Amino acid sequence: SFNEELPLPRFMALKNDSEVRYGTPAELHGVKFQVPHATLEKNSYKRTDEGDKQEPKSPPMSPICSPPASPSTYQRVPLSYGYGKSRSGLEQQHAAPYEVRHSTHQQDGPSSGNYGAKPALASSALNRSLSAEREQPESSAHYSDDPWRITEEQRDYYINQFRSLQPDLNSFISGSVARNFFTKSKLPIPELSHIWELSDVDCDGALTLPEFCAAFHLVVARKNGYQLPETLPETLLPEYLQAASLKPVRDCALFDSYSELLPGGQQARDFSRAEKASAEEIPDNSALLQDAKKEDKQALKVSTPLKTIPKEFQHLTVKTAAQESNALRARPRSRSYSSTSIEDAMKKGEEPPTPPPRPQKSHSRASSLDLNKIFQQNTQAVRSGWLPPPPPALPPRPSASQTEQVSEVELHPQMNRAPSQAEENSSAKKEVVLAQPPSKPTRRKLRTETQGLETPELSPTINVTSSLPAVKPHLPVQKQSSKQKRAIQTAIRKNKEANAVLARLNSELQQQLKEVHKERIALETQLEQLRPVTVL
Amino acid sequence: VLLSITCSPPQNYPLYIRSIPTENELKFHYTVHTSLDVVDEKISAMGKALVDQRELYLGLLYPTEDYKVYGYVTNSKVKFVMVVDSSNTALRDNEIRSMFRKLHNSYTDIMCNPFYNPGDRIHSRAFDNMVNSMMMQVC
Repeated sequence: SFNEELPLPRFMALKNDSEVRYGTPAELHGVKFQVPHATLEKNSYKRTDEGDKQEPKSPPMSPICSPPASPSTYQRVPLSYGYGKSRSGLEQQHAAPYEVRHSTHQQDGPSSGNYGAKPALASSALNRSLSAEREQPESSAHYSDDPWRITEEQRDYYINQFRSLQPDLNSFISGSVARNFFTKSKLPIPELSHIWELSDVDCDGALTLPEFCAAFHLVVARKNGYQLPETLPETLLPEYLQAASLKPVRDCALFDSYSELLPGGQQARDFSRAEKASAEEIPDNSALLQDAKKEDKQALKVSTPLKTIPKEFQHLTVKTAAQESNALRARPRSRSYSSTSIEDAMKKGEEPPTPPPRPQKSHSRASSLDLNKIFQQNTQAVRSGWLPPPPPALPPRPSASQTEQVSEVELHPQMNRAPSQAEENSSAKKEVVLAQPPSKPTRRKLRTETQGLETPELSPTINVTSSLPAVKPHLPVQKQSSKQKRAIQTAIRKNKEANAVLARLNSELQQQLKEVHKERIALETQLEQLRPVTVL
Repeated sequence: VLLSITCSPPQNYPLYIRSIPTENELKFHYTVHTSLDVVDEKISAMGKALVDQRELYLGLLYPTEDYKVYGYVTNSKVKFVMVVDSSNTALRDNEIRSMFRKLHNSYTDIMCNPFYNPGDRIHSRAFDNMVNSMMMQVC
């Protein structure tokens, strides 16, 4: 969808020149957004409480940021990032309600009353007057909103981008894919590295959807001139983003679909999510601890006593995060060692587990024990897709079977090969079958007897078992008897197939025999006709 | 306390060095570098069991001061070397081991970062924070 530049959502920037620095106007696909006045004035609500909170945060952004000339120019900020053509249409629809959630770091504290609201007042004059009051250099573009909060449009955009990389919203984007993607944003690698560190909270080298949204958001923020935070802001934490997405805030169709996807996906991947969420709490915990020291974070928490739903998110997230972090404080960081294996295990766990393929046709030991195992494995693979593998050791059986069926060892190899090579061994098998039918049933019965009885039909031969050294546990015995039954049935089926093949062969040979007879007759008559000639 | 992480052979250049206190840092650097030889020796002697925590107890190396050098090697031959002041006798072996474990964990986290090229110097802020907190604990 995009070629050179990473397409970034309409992120209302405070400065025009810094944007230009990051991108080229040539990348524009001719989409210019008119930031509505509404966005500007919204933040006018928060002017009053912003002032005091801005003091602690005076990041060294002034060299980068430059105060916009005026609200009007500000509103007509040309987007200097490349836009995917497919997305420009989408974004344009959202242009009007698109609210820039940018606020400088100075006003990180005051929060986000405007997160969900879309007032349609136009009061640029008010804005200007208010902006004049501020002591901060970045004035007219004040958004009391948290720059680290993802708006709905941004979220949708991120989700679309995620989809372009990974169609399954519940799956991961691998590290290399994400690296190529984010490298297109032309941010320096150390910064990208830092962004990755912030957003990949479970440190597994892959990005889930919330992690991806956080990373993307950080990239966008950075491109707009914001300094990257030392720790991941709360609003970008994966569990926060997940919780936020689950709540029906908007009627946005995409958002609804995402929220639908997420619960369903979460159910399907509860294991992975729980794993991730719980593991995320650990860095989250440290992040929270560090944040707690910061004034602005406190201010952030305190100063969001607003009527908006995102505020509820925050409280919810803070509470749950705190609880979970307390609960998981002692959890060892085992993930970092086995992160990839956990990932693989999780992915494998989702596929229907199939029994591992077993060598069916060959066995190293000549003991009939292996043949029994092979039969069992055969039947298992055939009959059911998901069965626990047969017990690894069958110690009692070899002794019994060896003593019982020493004479039939040669039978077993033949029997074993018959299913696979019915045609080649047809003759041999025929002989075997013909020669051994009486002993076969008895042998089978003996074997099942040795492992315990399950079927009543075998009960008459119980007396036989008593003679055997039946010192076997019952539990594997019953399993083995059922397996044995299945083995028998499979063998019977295979024999029937072989019989059918042989019968066909027989008929063909008969046909050939008839033809040959005819030819012979013809030749003899010719001979008779010719003979009187020669006799004479 | 000096902390150093050096890369795998044959380069054996440090990926990360941090020390507290910062005076006489060069001496610590030198100590770390010489201890790499000892670590290499131990690796080759062991043969297997690479993830090993070894204690390089140098004892009184200098008459004026003594310090202990601990080593740790990962499966990919990345060596972690830690020099601690011997006067700090409160440090037990278990603590050293846990510190190395934390270092290893953080190092693997760095490895998971696709923007990190193995062999680069480590500039991760998270790693720095972790190391700082560890060193604060010790000192």
